[in-house]
Amino acid sequence: MSVRVYDLAHARAGDKGNTSNISVICYDGKHWDFLARELTPERVMDAFKYIARGPVTRYPLRNLKAFNFVIENALGGGVTISLAQDIHGKSLSNVMLAIELPDP
Amino acid sequence: MTSRETIRVGAGAGTSDDRMVPALELAERGDIDYLVFECLAERTVSRENLARSKDANLGYAPSLHARLRMVLPTCIKKGIRIVSNMGAANPLGGARAARKEAADLGLGDVPVAVVLGDDVSSIVRHRPELKLIENGEPLESILPAMISANAYLGADVVCEALNTGAPIVLSGRVADPSLFLAPMLHEFGWSSDDLPKIAQGTAAGHLLECTASVTGGCFGWPGKKDVPDLARNGYPFADVKPDGSIVIGKTPDSGGRLDVMTCSEQLIYEIHNPSAYITPDCVLDITGIALTQEAPDRVRVEGAKARPATETYKVNVGYADGYIGEGEVSYGGIDAVARAKWAAEIVKERLRLQGFTYDDFRVDLIGMSSLHDRMEIRPEPYEVRLRMTGRTRERRAAHAVGFEVRAMHMHGPGGAGGACEPRVRDVLAVKSVLLPKNLVNAQVVVEGSL
Repeated sequence: MSVRVYDLAHARAGDKGNTSNISVICYDGKHWDFLARELTPERVMDAFKYIARGPVTRYPLRNLKAFNFVIENALGGGVTISLAQDIHGKSLSNVMLAIELPDP
Repeated sequence: MTSRETIRVGAGAGTSDDRMVPALELAERGDIDYLVFECLAERTVSRENLARSKDANLGYAPSLHARLRMVLPTCIKKGIRIVSNMGAANPLGGARAARKEAADLGLGDVPVAVVLGDDVSSIVRHRPELKLIENGEPLESILPAMISANAYLGADVVCEALNTGAPIVLSGRVADPSLFLAPMLHEFGWSSDDLPKIAQGTAAGHLLECTASVTGGCFGWPGKKDVPDLARNGYPFADVKPDGSIVIGKTPDSGGRLDVMTCSEQLIYEIHNPSAYITPDCVLDITGIALTQEAPDRVRVEGAKARPATETYKVNVGYADGYIGEGEVSYGGIDAVARAKWAAEIVKERLRLQGFTYDDFRVDLIGMSSLHDRMEIRPEPYEVRLRMTGRTRERRAAHAVGFEVRAMHMHGPGGAGGACEPRVRDVLAVKSVLLPKNLVNAQVVVEGSL
């Protein structure tokens, strides 16, 4: 049995240069500890390894029931030179939401 | 400075291509005091610099005309002051264009306060040793191709422009949250070392700077995160009190939603270290912020903290970096994916045979791999669109990409349809340096008589 990030949280991706930041915000704060334990930077890097070189840094934001993941070297060199269709990486939040975690 | 109890600062644009009607609705129905249009993306200033080099009257945001034509009559009538970075690479030219729009609308002689000094190209040109933040190389490495260099100015100089009393303030590059913080400094006289208030105002600016992103845009998900009447989504405003208390709201009787969920997404948006979000005005810490739903479509923001501003401005340096060529063509039905992959190999071979080379090249199958890669694990769709794109020093090589993809109609696998015209665009790359603030001469001039 597993649970997706999508089942517990919502997310939005932003861009700065060649770095993507993706927020993960719990619908219910009671899941924050579970995500803190399971949604590690290593697990996120593994999900993004086909798109980004990393590294991945995770910042906890307990006040917002949230985390901020900063994924470096993720946007094809950056918005201004990227050959990607989605140069801003707006759709990358959906890679995060699809990550499967062990059932709490 | 006034002794008003609450001011209301509205967001009228969060990008140069933002929708315009919600800004008018906010001006008409939102009871706002200020309307802020944030219209500059990273490379916009470079692009507008190129426009100005061809015509000295141009270089401001082209959307300035349509935006002002739409909102000026309401704003002038109601005394709503406009703050915007639509001056882009030519704030003085933008001011003249704005004054002409006002005159043409029969609004008379409307003075415009202009913020100057963000263009630091002549300063950084003499400092080739400045280090590029992105790769640590000296600025010298991109100086020959430099098109523009603009410092992200802060709220202080925008406040100075508001102090002139002009109904419109136009700037070039100013940090997005600073545009919103400036009216608060102007109204309440907050000093730059009153960090709790600067922090609250900066957090409010960050929540407002992407307009609809805090009112249900870039948010909805059917059945999971529903947004009522998204087609008529309204733009947000901040109610600000002299003590720094902030409540975010949105245009009455508009669509969309404004709640703790939408505000949380926007608060974290494009922030890296949440305890050190650097703006020209402060180093913001959002790790203690509490968001509370105070009433329907009203969210209170409390607990923003900040450390003093750094000694440097971030400067975006735009430079020419070759060309990107692009082409697309579609395949459908039996073996659609196999035919698209074969076409890609043929195009690559034809480009190679013509001797074209590319610094970066990419093949996407739209419907399978254009957003998240990993073609090998994706299920095959009924139809697929082949997209090929390459970055190169040579314009001819860039054009050849789209040309050869379009030629798949007649010279590739069977049943190719709907190719687009070959696309070529100039690459305006952006890198950044930090420049000591004391080297930058931010100043205000007024066009027209006050």
